[in-house]
Amino acid sequence: MLTLDTATVRAIVAHARRDHPDEACGIVAGPAGSDRAERLIPMVNAERSPTFHVFDSMEQFRVWREMDDRDEVPVVIYHSHTMTEAYPSRTDISLASEPDAHYLIVSTRDPDTDEFRSYRIVDGTVTEEEVRVLEVLPHAEARD
Amino acid sequence: MAIEVRIPTILRSQTGGSKSVSGSGDTLAALLADLDTQHPGLRGRLVTEEGALHRFVNVYVNDEDVRFTGALETPVKDGDSVTILPAVAGG
Repeated sequence: MLTLDTATVRAIVAHARRDHPDEACGIVAGPAGSDRAERLIPMVNAERSPTFHVFDSMEQFRVWREMDDRDEVPVVIYHSHTMTEAYPSRTDISLASEPDAHYLIVSTRDPDTDEFRSYRIVDGTVTEEEVRVLEVLPHAEARD
Repeated sequence: MAIEVRIPTILRSQTGGSKSVSGSGDTLAALLADLDTQHPGLRGRLVTEEGALHRFVNVYVNDEDVRFTGALETPVKDGDSVTILPAVAGG
């Protein structure tokens, strides 16, 4: 199950709407090992395409290094589908490269309906999971 | 001295779980060949059968994406830091 706070969900959907008809993409970082989606980082879609997305390689480098410095990982990797349902495409599945991440997909095909679903994608196998949206994330457990 | 190479989660099955490995070489191609002797199969996850870097693998020498510095012919030297990141991409 993926747990998100309302503000993060709103911001992800707003990002997807803003970039429509192109795909939007980004991550939500959180402390390594915590599975807490705490810090939203919208990314540039270097492809600027309605059917494809790819992080800009230099932006990705900077963001990944910053996460490393903060002992964070990409807890959520999100992108939008602009014409189809919020289900991983064949390309999404073949290029998924973070086995520990929640892959969140937002569909912007209907301007009036917010559609988002989350998946684990490991070795080509897609497993959908529940998305729980809370007003705020539960308090973090004390960390060693 | 050697060249440190940071390995992403998805490739750590190739390095016995190590987050970073080290090797040597004058170019990225030579470094990857050296690493492949210590970690068989690692190179094949990065380089196509035609001998080019996979499109959806990003390799950086220090702070530079090697696509802009000569790809596999990018020079490397002791003390350099190489980072491998799978591109985040999809349809």
